[in-house]
Amino acid sequence: MIIEVENLKKSFGELNVLNGITTGINKGERIAVIGPSGSGKSTFLRCINRMEEPTSGVIKFNGEDITSESCDINLIRRRVGMVFQHFYLFPHLTVRQNITLAPVQLNIMNQKEADEKAKYLLNRVGLADKLNEWPDKLSGGQKQRVAIARAMAMNPEVLLFDEPTSALDPEMIGEVLDVMKELADSGMTMYLVTHEMGFAKEVADRILFIDHGIISEEGTPSEVFDNPKQPRTIEFLSKVLRR
Amino acid sequence: MTMNNKTRGDYFLGLCLIILIFLLYRSGFFTVEAWQNFVDHFYQNFIEKDRYMMLVKGLRSTIFMTLFATLIGVAVGIILSVIRVAHAGGIHIPVLNALADCYIAVLRGTPAMVQLLIWNFTIFASARDLNKMYIAILAFGLNSGAYVAEIFRGGIEAIDRGQMEAARSLGLSYGKSMRLVILPQAIRNVVPMLFNEFIVLLKETSVAGYIGIDDLTRAGQNIQALTMEHSQPLIMVAIIYLLIVMFLSYLVRRLEKYLSRSRRG
Repeated sequence: MIIEVENLKKSFGELNVLNGITTGINKGERIAVIGPSGSGKSTFLRCINRMEEPTSGVIKFNGEDITSESCDINLIRRRVGMVFQHFYLFPHLTVRQNITLAPVQLNIMNQKEADEKAKYLLNRVGLADKLNEWPDKLSGGQKQRVAIARAMAMNPEVLLFDEPTSALDPEMIGEVLDVMKELADSGMTMYLVTHEMGFAKEVADRILFIDHGIISEEGTPSEVFDNPKQPRTIEFLSKVLRR
Repeated sequence: MTMNNKTRGDYFLGLCLIILIFLLYRSGFFTVEAWQNFVDHFYQNFIEKDRYMMLVKGLRSTIFMTLFATLIGVAVGIILSVIRVAHAGGIHIPVLNALADCYIAVLRGTPAMVQLLIWNFTIFASARDLNKMYIAILAFGLNSGAYVAEIFRGGIEAIDRGQMEAARSLGLSYGKSMRLVILPQAIRNVVPMLFNEFIVLLKETSVAGYIGIDDLTRAGQNIQALTMEHSQPLIMVAIIYLLIVMFLSYLVRRLEKYLSRSRRG
């Protein structure tokens, strides 16, 4: 297993968001995390690269406990990419500089190698002509594709997608999902928090349904979507799939 | 037909003007002697023995002092603001943060002129050979730093939290994220306010004469002492300050417009 999570708990003050989550992801596996708003699914994802500090529990990356004092989280984050709902491209840098900033600054590549990598990745996400463009000039879907290329530039072992299409106009969702589908098909290990049930069903190997900070149901897409067992899952799916 | 407010105002202004002209006439303002007197004084104050050069040199000192004090202020301000923002952002630096808080409280809580006098007569009292200009630059610069720190803090806090998260998620350290991602955006946001700080300092340095620097204000006073004429030199000094400040304010407005336009893209 690349990532193992044991009894993960997270509270914000009085509010218990995660109430003991135990799960994991294998190399090449694609896991979609679904659940109602406020169920803790984004918090779960953000604990995996310690964007949020877990209150208790253990998270292991390739066997190393990343919640321990001795762990250098910056080294872990190089191997665990993240794509955000609101893209967060760096507006003062061009598309190329957005992608090459981290690999060059962390001495993983020199500028020339990173530039080549940026060209390759932009080609892969279908934005080869935007190499020297400013983020402000891009549409939402283009920004998110650049953000995916930026995360990929570090050659991560796992990618964490935190509702990557939730901030997009409907007509731009498809282009981002296409890129993610291509990544999934290439064997990338992915955690995906999403409201796109159709995409989750199509791409994921396993679905986690998180409710009130625990995994209340998990299984293959057909198990969870076609044959849900928990009443909360049935209720949630009936609401979101009715559309 | 009733008069509307605008016409009534015009009449009132006209009446005031007539009264003013009458009073000036009674006081001898329009006599040839009065104007001859003004021209004579003007000649004495500014032309004779090239006294205008005193103002030019004074202005040069004022601008020199302001420029370098602003540079020190910006440097100190960035450091202080980063310390405070980093502390608030969960980086464990309680001692540094307390020092920064203390610095800002003391330097903002006491008059700049008192600080200048303390630097000159207490801290550097024994350094007689030290150029007074350096003392003034240091005093005004460190004072300005406390204000610039607050400007920068606002600029940094205005940047979306997600920018820091995105940088950290790539494995960049807090310091690198701050330096490469947050500060460039924050500085761009506060550039107009830094120009304003320059304008404030330009006026603030007018007390530098108290430690013996011949800045613009002091140059005016020096001319006063030579010609025994009391109004023209200081009014000229005021006009020079005003023109520079108005010009710089104009530049700031242009800059703000430019920045807001290019940011929208």
